[in-house]
Amino acid sequence: MTAVVWGAEAWAEVRSSLDRCIKCTVCETACPVAAVTELFPGPKTVGPQAERFRTGDHSPDLSVDYCSGCGICSRVCPQEVRIAELNSRARAELKRERGAPLRDQLVARPGLLGRAGRPVAPLFNWAMANPVIRWAGERTLGIHHKAPVPRSTTRTFSYWVGHHAGAKSARRVVYFHGCSTQWYEPHIGQKVTAILEHNGYQVVIPKQDCCGLPLQSNGLFPAARGAVTRLARQLVPGGTDDLPVISSSTSCGLMLKREAREILGADSPELRSVSQRTYDIFEFLLELHHRGELRTDFKPVPLTVAYHAPCQQQNQLIGKPALGILRLIPGLRLVELDRSCCGIAGTYGVKREKYEIAMRVGEPLFADIQAEGPDLVACDSETCRWQISAATGATSVHPLEILHRAYGGS
Amino acid sequence: MNTWDTDVLVIGGGSTGAGVAWDSALRGLHVTLVDRQDFATGTSGRFHGLLHSGGRYAVRDPGSARECASENRILRQVAADCIEDTGGLFVSTPEDDLEYADRFLAAAQAAGMEIEEVPVGVAVRDEPRLNPKIRRAFRVQDGSIDSWKMISALLRGAQDHGATVLPYHKVVQVIRRGDRVEGAVMEDQRSGEEVLVHAGCVVNAAGAWSGQVAGLAGCEVGVRPGKGVMVAINHRLARAVLNRCHLPSDGDIIVPVRTVSVIGTTDHPVADPDDTECSPAEVHQMIEAGELLVPGFKESRALRVWSGSRPLLPKTETSAGAGDREVSRSHTVLDHGARDGVEGLVTIAGGKFTTLRLMAEDTVDVVVRKLGREAECRTRTEVLPGSESHHFYWIGNRQQEAETDPPDDPLICECELVSQHDLDTVVARRPNWRLDDIRRALRVGMGPCQGGFCAFRVAGMLHQGGRYGRAEANSALREFVQERWKGVKVISWGAQARQTRLDRWIFEGVYDLEHLPE
Repeated sequence: MTAVVWGAEAWAEVRSSLDRCIKCTVCETACPVAAVTELFPGPKTVGPQAERFRTGDHSPDLSVDYCSGCGICSRVCPQEVRIAELNSRARAELKRERGAPLRDQLVARPGLLGRAGRPVAPLFNWAMANPVIRWAGERTLGIHHKAPVPRSTTRTFSYWVGHHAGAKSARRVVYFHGCSTQWYEPHIGQKVTAILEHNGYQVVIPKQDCCGLPLQSNGLFPAARGAVTRLARQLVPGGTDDLPVISSSTSCGLMLKREAREILGADSPELRSVSQRTYDIFEFLLELHHRGELRTDFKPVPLTVAYHAPCQQQNQLIGKPALGILRLIPGLRLVELDRSCCGIAGTYGVKREKYEIAMRVGEPLFADIQAEGPDLVACDSETCRWQISAATGATSVHPLEILHRAYGGS
Repeated sequence: MNTWDTDVLVIGGGSTGAGVAWDSALRGLHVTLVDRQDFATGTSGRFHGLLHSGGRYAVRDPGSARECASENRILRQVAADCIEDTGGLFVSTPEDDLEYADRFLAAAQAAGMEIEEVPVGVAVRDEPRLNPKIRRAFRVQDGSIDSWKMISALLRGAQDHGATVLPYHKVVQVIRRGDRVEGAVMEDQRSGEEVLVHAGCVVNAAGAWSGQVAGLAGCEVGVRPGKGVMVAINHRLARAVLNRCHLPSDGDIIVPVRTVSVIGTTDHPVADPDDTECSPAEVHQMIEAGELLVPGFKESRALRVWSGSRPLLPKTETSAGAGDREVSRSHTVLDHGARDGVEGLVTIAGGKFTTLRLMAEDTVDVVVRKLGREAECRTRTEVLPGSESHHFYWIGNRQQEAETDPPDDPLICECELVSQHDLDTVVARRPNWRLDDIRRALRVGMGPCQGGFCAFRVAGMLHQGGRYGRAEANSALREFVQERWKGVKVISWGAQARQTRLDRWIFEGVYDLEHLPE
């Protein structure tokens, strides 16, 4: 096992992984985007193949921008070529040279929209549901009029945290809730806190900003690096350097675990430390269960729940820990949806030119959901939940909401 | 026997011969050029691709350095399409003498090179893989040059001016009447047919093989083939040519040429210039040496190894005989009339790719004098076909074009981005293509998979297009694949070993290559 390297060395390592490609084409057959559009020539083509033609001063190819960044290619590659990471870099180079449109700048900053929407949440939500305004948004900004957008809320998660008298305990964890919980879905954070406290943990919730993931996936690397190193500093409250950091947003968790290092080439002492202590919420709970420490005082939940594991959770290489926990719940009929990607890939599917592609990518998943007709769809990633609900009309929840209900929550 | 008259018969279709053909044709001579194989298959197609700034000769051979510096400038003007303006760095690694760096800088300036010392931090920022422990760095005008493209452009230019060029035509007899060479008989290596060419002057441009050609005319040329081993690495490790700033030795230069980085080279005297064997020891020596310039070099994927023979001339040869003109220590024009009393034969020996134009100029100056057809050399300013726009080649070109290839023009070589249209265009240029000729023309089979995925496609398409019969296609494929495997044999470890395994499965498992019908 070679040592984990950071910064420029990490990027050199990722780039050299192109040497391992033997052109077996497994990635091309697994890529959900290449399967539905000719605009994207496929991960091998724009990844290890095109990288040999890039010199770092001028990007020769534009099609790499059609990579959704789902990361399936890197996961299926039998030779461990870091295909998606190479593509991410190439896209960032493209944006650096040509500039990113205002739309990309905007969707890459969820905190900005969240802050703007919060004081006028009802109006914001009305506007987002208004077809005329959405048409105008498509024409002026390039955000597809049918693309799923989250509902703004008047009370942020940090407002709730300020009024929450948390339990004290010797066993403490840091909770990294992410932007979506902060601005759109504070109930997720409340339930995470409740579940962890129910299991005897004191939940430390420091003030925190964006991890930079949407900036990264939109190719805005310098800003993304700044965001993730700032976040890492925020996630060591009181200089703590040994607490588990729990994430309930799969893509943001992945950012801390791997992408800050492997894609952004970011580096700071706090980041190094936080990165190796970051857990997905269900990864953490399943470990507790394996140690016999998870409380299993479950009430029956008599529902049919179809579970979709999002790409960014799969890319954490931790299996599907939510299934391991949900299976413990009595009365629950759990259906595993064995499909690759819902198409949205963060902000990819909201863009005018990519919306249709994203919908076609998600088609097999949507068809399975519609055929199954579950009471709820469970999915760990917020943008995927919004996409699934918009595409199928099904109610989608974070799997921890079902666990919360099993613990007696409402 | 097919017979014709020509002013100049050039023997050898490498850089020197192609340069002589271009120069002669521009001066209004009728030229016939022959090669025993395809063009650029000898030393020219087997070098590292460096367009010298002169830096490598600055200290030890100032004359050559000056020539390189000035020829480099000329080639950039007339052959931009064959050149990539990578720039070059000479760096003092921890193992190099810092005092040499001062001598180097002074010598480079004296040779008229454009040279600038850059802070180590800047060099390392520009080249992230460069050894951060370097102590000094100098930026020079090195570049990389595509030998196949260059030679093909020279020959195309010569043909546009009336030259006849014949690949696979081996000289079997030099026609000599008394003390005069009057032409030669060539045998077509594919059909066995012979042609007879009467020539006013024969130019022996056979490089490392020029001793053999001179021998056919009863003359001796003491050329000493010096074998150099090179290894191609799967991708570019640096933007610029990286040189160690020390007296040139083995494995001290990494050239970014096309999609690969080439590390070179060794120098061993060999008896036979066709000796292209590369030993594992030489390869390992090369790869270890790369570590000094690029830490982690040895973990990179070595794609292929090959060797070429430099046509070195011992000092005695350059000063032999009255009337011989010692042009410089780097190349020499031997007038066999003055030297051996054999008229009608001129040998151009020594030299290097970067100075090919000057070598040709010096040679043809002698030829026109002998023929009494004196005319000014025009190659300093005449732009080669394909370079009219004066845009340097850029590695991203092909990738950029591939983006807009129509969907009905699929890639047949994914590593080097060669499309079916590219293949059709090239094969239409002449009959009798071997797969290996197509490789040189298009780079098919030169990428990471070394023909694993493209060789069978090309063979199949040539069969489908009626150019190959069934048996011919099968044997062409077999021959090509064998040749490719020869170059990966000694580097079969790591990623390339995996690739070779997969390729073998494809050719032996899927196609049963060994048992395809003849």
